[in-house]
Amino acid sequence: MSKIHNQHILKLSGLEPLVFTPEINFVNIGERTNVTGSKKFAKLILNGQYDEALEIALDQVRGGAQILDVCMDEGMLDGVAAMEKFLNLIASEPEISRIPIMIDSSRWEIILAGLKCIQGKGIVNSISLKNGEEEFVQQAKTIKKFGAAVVVMAFDEQGQADTYQRRIDICKRSYEILVNQVRFNPQDIIFDPNIFPVATGMEEHRRNALDFFLATQWIKQNLPGAKVSGGVSNVSFSFRGNNPVREAMHAAFLYHAIKHGMDMGIVNPTMLEVYDDIPKDLLEKVENVLFDRNDHATEDLLSFAETVKSQDKKEVVSEAWRQDDVERRIEHALVKGIIDYIVEDAEEARLKYQNPLKVIEGPLMDGMNVVGDLFGEGKMFLPQVVKSARVMKKAVAYLEPFMPKAGDVGYSEEQSSIKKILLATVKGDVHDIGKNIVGVVLACNNYQIIDLGVMVDAQKIIDEAVRNKVDIIGLSGLITPSLDEMVNVASEMERQDLKIPLLIGGATTSRIHTAVKIDPVYSGTVVHVTDASKSVPIAGEAISEETKEVYQREIKATYKKLREEHEAKQQIKQLVSYEEAQANPVFIDWDHFEPVAPAHKGITVMEDLDLNVLRKYIDWTPFFSTWMLSGKFPKIMEDPVIGKEAKRLYEEANNMLDQIIHEKWLKAKAVVGIFPVERVGDDIKVLGASKEYSFHFLRQQGKKGKGVPNRSLVDYIHPRKPDYFGGFAVTAGWGIEPKLKEFQDNHDDYHDIMLKALADRLAEAGAEYLHELVRKEIWAYAPSESLDNESLIKEEYMGIRPAPGYPACPEHSEKRTLFDLLEVEKNTGITLTDSFAMYPTSSVSGFYFAHPESKYFGLGKIGEDQVASYALRKGVSKAQAERWLSPNLAYSPSLHVQEN
Amino acid sequence: MPEKDERKNFFFIRLDSHKLFNFRFMNRSELLLSIAKKRILILDGAMGTMIQRYKLGEEDFRTSELKHHPKSLKGNNDLLSLSRPDVIKAIHAAYLEAGADIIETNTFSGTSIAQEDYGLQHLAYQINFQSAKIAREVADEFTNKSPEKPRFVAGALGPTNRTASISPDVNDPGYRAITFDQLSEAYQEQVRGLLDGGSDILLVETIFDTLNAKAALFAIQEVYEERSLPLNPEEGGVPVMVSGTITDASGRTLSGQTTEAFLISVSHLPLFSIGLNCALGAKELRPYLKVMADNAPFYVSAYPNAGLPNEFGQYDQGAKEMAEQVEEFLKEGHINILGGCCGTTPEHIAALAKLVEKYQPRKIEFVNTEDE
Repeated sequence: MSKIHNQHILKLSGLEPLVFTPEINFVNIGERTNVTGSKKFAKLILNGQYDEALEIALDQVRGGAQILDVCMDEGMLDGVAAMEKFLNLIASEPEISRIPIMIDSSRWEIILAGLKCIQGKGIVNSISLKNGEEEFVQQAKTIKKFGAAVVVMAFDEQGQADTYQRRIDICKRSYEILVNQVRFNPQDIIFDPNIFPVATGMEEHRRNALDFFLATQWIKQNLPGAKVSGGVSNVSFSFRGNNPVREAMHAAFLYHAIKHGMDMGIVNPTMLEVYDDIPKDLLEKVENVLFDRNDHATEDLLSFAETVKSQDKKEVVSEAWRQDDVERRIEHALVKGIIDYIVEDAEEARLKYQNPLKVIEGPLMDGMNVVGDLFGEGKMFLPQVVKSARVMKKAVAYLEPFMPKAGDVGYSEEQSSIKKILLATVKGDVHDIGKNIVGVVLACNNYQIIDLGVMVDAQKIIDEAVRNKVDIIGLSGLITPSLDEMVNVASEMERQDLKIPLLIGGATTSRIHTAVKIDPVYSGTVVHVTDASKSVPIAGEAISEETKEVYQREIKATYKKLREEHEAKQQIKQLVSYEEAQANPVFIDWDHFEPVAPAHKGITVMEDLDLNVLRKYIDWTPFFSTWMLSGKFPKIMEDPVIGKEAKRLYEEANNMLDQIIHEKWLKAKAVVGIFPVERVGDDIKVLGASKEYSFHFLRQQGKKGKGVPNRSLVDYIHPRKPDYFGGFAVTAGWGIEPKLKEFQDNHDDYHDIMLKALADRLAEAGAEYLHELVRKEIWAYAPSESLDNESLIKEEYMGIRPAPGYPACPEHSEKRTLFDLLEVEKNTGITLTDSFAMYPTSSVSGFYFAHPESKYFGLGKIGEDQVASYALRKGVSKAQAERWLSPNLAYSPSLHVQEN
Repeated sequence: MPEKDERKNFFFIRLDSHKLFNFRFMNRSELLLSIAKKRILILDGAMGTMIQRYKLGEEDFRTSELKHHPKSLKGNNDLLSLSRPDVIKAIHAAYLEAGADIIETNTFSGTSIAQEDYGLQHLAYQINFQSAKIAREVADEFTNKSPEKPRFVAGALGPTNRTASISPDVNDPGYRAITFDQLSEAYQEQVRGLLDGGSDILLVETIFDTLNAKAALFAIQEVYEERSLPLNPEEGGVPVMVSGTITDASGRTLSGQTTEAFLISVSHLPLFSIGLNCALGAKELRPYLKVMADNAPFYVSAYPNAGLPNEFGQYDQGAKEMAEQVEEFLKEGHINILGGCCGTTPEHIAALAKLVEKYQPRKIEFVNTEDE
């Protein structure tokens, strides 16, 4: 039996429904997209600036409008064309078209044009008996065919209704024609019984507000289904220029009109005081006028108004949402990322639900699901989602102490149906921005996140997973050695007989690596996740009772196929021998090149780099991509979809940068060294050092076309004469820990991620700045260079600074040699983990090559012959070299027993 | 058997007496309404899937007049109602044999707008008229054979291949490839053809853009008004069924509406039924059907695909599996009309027809909560 409720209630729709349930106190109609009501909007439409006009619509929606009034009645305008164009544009903006449209015109052809553009159920505003019954009936019939609701003005052949009696007479007559003759749904009829100004000094205006209240009450009691609407600002017309009085009048009028049954109205939220905040003396005088309580009410208000100085009112964010019930408030706070009230709302919900867990699983999770949906639909962006998560965490942190503990009454082992995901950055790796983002996104989608942090070894991951009965394990890593550690975790999981699905993510991970290396060692589900937003559906499928078996079978089959294809490709892949590759180096005319001796030979240490200077060197594009907003800076801020969010993020980033600098949150340190070197084959040997330092380089081995070299970085060093070569390390991460802890204690992922991302950017900026300093002063091989930041980002400078671990020299262990040579630990405090990741994470290190022809490239796949040579040169076993180079191997190393 | 003869006569009168035009529909509508109160009605399955089985060639799509038509016509399935009525009739018969109460006319792309792709916009009326006529004939044949189970013809109005509220040009979101007026005009022509050919029901289906559907509903109202047909089936109007399409797990139509918003947007007619079809299999459709069942003041219909397409775009869900999934929402009492969309066959429909015998149709109780 389906119980159908609310059949006698007005229902409207945009992309989403708007149902006038009894609980819905008052519906606010956005009025700024009305050429007669907003000069700014009129100007934009007349100038054809529809994009800006759409912004106004968006502001209305974000400001809490639940219906959008669109009016194009302007003498200079082709109203039909403007209505069509604007409504069509709105249709392509999901955030706006979410709410129903009110087509507002006094011209029938514009109304018709509007009706033909809206897929939802909107409102026509308005029709009336002004030109007699025949036209009224005809128009109502047509509106009914389009399925819209209608506003009926209290207006007839004699003119506008200006008394209580005229109001109810005209509304009654209109209602009867509509219901009996046209068979219009009564709940789709909305009366506008005319809000007229009061306190005008004219005797006949004294009852304007009171008559409206009474007429409203009569309509609601006598015309079943009908609704009442009106434009509130009219009432204060005679106080133009005195905003405090107008705002008080609007608030008081609205308060009483709603009490009398007004359902919706056009109210400018920025011109509205909170009823309870109206000063009592002013309120009394306003209400005397509204209710026409005495003969001197108008006089009193006028003279009082003189004394109410119009202060600069600070911009008020619409607080109307605070009037909703607690579930809606929590949802609003989560969606908008508003943290201010969440503790009080959580408390209210806790009392209401009598169970903190019910609050989490109920309103909080529901709200986060809305966030998750909006994110999935591309209507919210990551920075917003992270703010939502901050609100969520704060609420959960507040509720947690109230949860029943083991032994308490009401405690049960299986309290929650919420799925748990364990996340960890694997041993040897310290990067966690990506992992944290995945955590936030999953948390928005009904998962409980158990985050073990960074540098977590395999056994701890397994122990915690078992102890917490997690449903999924997610491993993250940024540097290439982490790939091997992930394989290790997977094989340990297999050995200890775990069946938990395993998600693999992080910058260097790939589908093919997961398929070839990780999937075969674990019999449970293993899935590679390309980015945070993909994690949700994958996690869902991997653990849902209904899908998991099929999913596992399918993903295993997919990876098996990938492996086979990979295998096949390996055999086809054309490699030249290492010897041939060495015989085809980058051609450089060394006979006509004289290496430049550095101005400052040896090591230069910089204790405290000026962050104000580094800031100017920031490349913002990667910052935005950290937040999953892709696009080039600064153009990204003009992007029609994400521009607004990008701009906001940029602003907040700069605000934090200001704080970082002024409050000295971070300190940047660096070390640079330029040394005489000689080339020995594909190695570089540092000359004149206290002990022997050699750097080992790799060479491309792919078969090249005619005239294309098999590159190696070593090619940029003079093959016969002594040359120079340098290295550097820079960090901007000093002092970050206490701040991060502060944010983490506040469950504030947003600022946590923001600070890490900015520290990363500052470190990269430091590398850029140092490189310039090296080119112009320290090595001074290009002393007169003059490049702006954009040219620096485009790498237009002479010489390069490749980092060990990146494409041209992908082997991380070289960092160890570099650190020893530059005494990086001593000079900057940056340390290396077992897997050669730098700590603090916001650090950059690399080599300097000065030759004008030097350029960045990628190594690609290499053969076993080169690996053998490399192992020999480095003095390590071939198996060790293979592990370090595993992403670059063009072959599958023979299986061997792992040496522990 | 006098009873049977009487019935024959009855049909004869109803089909041929112009004066009794309204009367005829009133009876068919009343009959339909009375059956819908008692049990779940079965709608047929996919037309396209069945046509594929015939492995038809270009020549099968050409009538004698279209021998030299410059465009390729293969794939214009609606045209088969003119060129190979035997095939369409056989398919209708197969579904009726399987137990369908209602068969859909072969007019999914029967608007002049959709036919424009083949340069056949001028044949739109004829396609609709003939398609309805063929279906009518087969349905009557079956009704005559077993009068206790009367069979109905639903004239199908498809979505067309253009969208009225989505721009096909990403760089110009305000642009529209079709207007409401163009859609309404094309639908009016289709509605006239379908009614003239003898449809008992009109079915606006596979709605991915609600504005298109609103144009179809507008057109239906225009034609009914011009023919003085009441809109309300209770008053003898030709019943109107509406069926939307939730495109994916976002739970929304292609044009972005939620299920409930869609329902609200098309509730201005006294519909016979509202429901969902296509894009999803029964399992995926279930949550959205629940929204319909919880909110719709009309009968609720569902005709899902045979699962989700596999990687080759084919539907491989078998009749048994589909029936198992459908049973979930039958148990919940959400359904009044049940059938199949893409990939379903008479085997599927037979399985569904057998299944519904065990279940009661959804019943509606109106609760007035307006106590302000």
